[in-house]
Amino acid sequence: MVDNLLEVRNIETFIGQFHILEGVSVSVPRGSISVLLGRNGAGKTTTLRSIMGITPPRSGDVLFEGKRLNGMRPFAIAKLGIGYVPEHRAIFKGMSVRENLQIAERKAGDLARKEAFIYDLFPDLERLIQLAGGNLSGGQQQMLAIARALVPDNRLLLIDEPSEGLAPVIIEQLMTAIRRLSGQTTVLLVEQNFRMASQLADRFTIIEEGRSAVDGQMSVLKTDSALIQKYLGVA
Amino acid sequence: MRPNALIAGLIAIGLLVFGFLTTPDLGSFGITVMSGLFQGMLLFLVASGLSIVFGLMDVLNFAQGSYFMVGAYVSYAIHHDPSVTAAIPNADLRFIIAVLSATVIGAILGVFLERVLLRPLYSRPIFQIVLTFGVAIVMTEAVKFVWSTTPYSWTSLFTLREGFFELFGQRFAVYRLFVIAIGFILIIAIGLLLQRTRIGIIIRAGVEDREMVEALGINVRLVFTLVFTMGCAVAAFGGAIAAPFLGASIGLANAFLLSAIAVVVLGGLGSYGGTAIGSLLVGLAVAVVANFASSPSIGLPVLSSMTPMLLMILVLLVRPSGLFGKGG
Repeated sequence: MVDNLLEVRNIETFIGQFHILEGVSVSVPRGSISVLLGRNGAGKTTTLRSIMGITPPRSGDVLFEGKRLNGMRPFAIAKLGIGYVPEHRAIFKGMSVRENLQIAERKAGDLARKEAFIYDLFPDLERLIQLAGGNLSGGQQQMLAIARALVPDNRLLLIDEPSEGLAPVIIEQLMTAIRRLSGQTTVLLVEQNFRMASQLADRFTIIEEGRSAVDGQMSVLKTDSALIQKYLGVA
Repeated sequence: MRPNALIAGLIAIGLLVFGFLTTPDLGSFGITVMSGLFQGMLLFLVASGLSIVFGLMDVLNFAQGSYFMVGAYVSYAIHHDPSVTAAIPNADLRFIIAVLSATVIGAILGVFLERVLLRPLYSRPIFQIVLTFGVAIVMTEAVKFVWSTTPYSWTSLFTLREGFFELFGQRFAVYRLFVIAIGFILIIAIGLLLQRTRIGIIIRAGVEDREMVEALGINVRLVFTLVFTMGCAVAAFGGAIAAPFLGASIGLANAFLLSAIAVVVLGGLGSYGGTAIGSLLVGLAVAVVANFASSPSIGLPVLSSMTPMLLMILVLLVRPSGLFGKGG
């Protein structure tokens, strides 16, 4: 049996009265980069938010390292070792880059331990450290959002649409960084940019209208243009 | 210079010039300024909690003024109680104990309001407003029940309150200076707490995006309780140190709540610096207008109680998001 760090089993999530997820299952093997694919509004972001407990699922199970996360509050889920990089980055714009990183510490000295690694991954951040988060470019904000998730010892990173609104050269940088991360942590990505997703990920799950439709190895999906056409509308 | 600081500076200079022109001599002008700073500092002690709690939790705590009132009553009662006086004959020590007790009682009532009453309502913002409004009424009625409706003037003596010094031919109360100094210390201390400490970083981040703070592994509800409690404790502390001059009365709650709302809005919602500067401007404006309006030739003392709202409206006409608010 594959050792799955994260197991999402048939979750259903409501936002208000809207039934957003109607049965999503995702398996994320330890050490992999997995990606959630699907059209706009399919429920990819809600899947990540359900894992984090921000929009808790009404039924189904979320298991992290075998532990059931249902009913836990987001902060408690995060503390188990899950880093969340949300859509639109959600960095703190009125606070300096350093403060944005400091706040992510879970125990004293986290940032000091990780600083060198973070600057090695994103050299820009080191010279921007005093700047307010709101003064960074979109790409720099995305780097900061990922860096923030790297400050504590997270074993799983949930990254929502890192390429959104960014120039191709920045996307290349981010891809290099995420690929380097996969050596030490597991990544579950949401990505609309299929080119990026197909180059990065080992595994994929396609979500279609609130249900997980197909999953498997990315190497298989890449060669199956009929499947890509059917669910993603790209060729 | 940034336009917001410029406007704040202009208002301050305008108030001082107006105050100088409407007082007969330097001594009375000094008294007006000192009274303005005194009121401004007390206002800050109510407004700072109101502002930080609103920024972080989106809760407008209409009971904030009532905590100030309760602080004044507790401080008055302890200092004047015969059995406490018998137990602690030293009036200065008794004052310190009175202020500490009032602060602790404010904190306990704050925890109760947040944990027990507000917590179930975080998903219903309108209910919170109704709730805090109701709590304010209940607190006033409870105070009436315990201490009756008669206002109390502070009659029990202690060293700090009796001290005077002379300047420009006028007698100045040392106690006013004491309150102003305490206010300045707290403005700086709370500012440092927000800027330099981990809890401060968490509070500022929470004002921007609570959900993200929680997703980073921080128990935001615990932070809510802490901040709300501190806000109530600081307001009760303010009432306790105000009582030797303002006495204890039901009217304190609404007077300070309304002025504090004006301060928070004109300073700019969510801006700590704006609240601090707004408090001083409103305090100064009230003192200057009170002095002017009560002079025999004008005879309209009511003007001074309208001043906080009038100043707020004037500021909003120039800067719709307040002096230091975002998006202005």
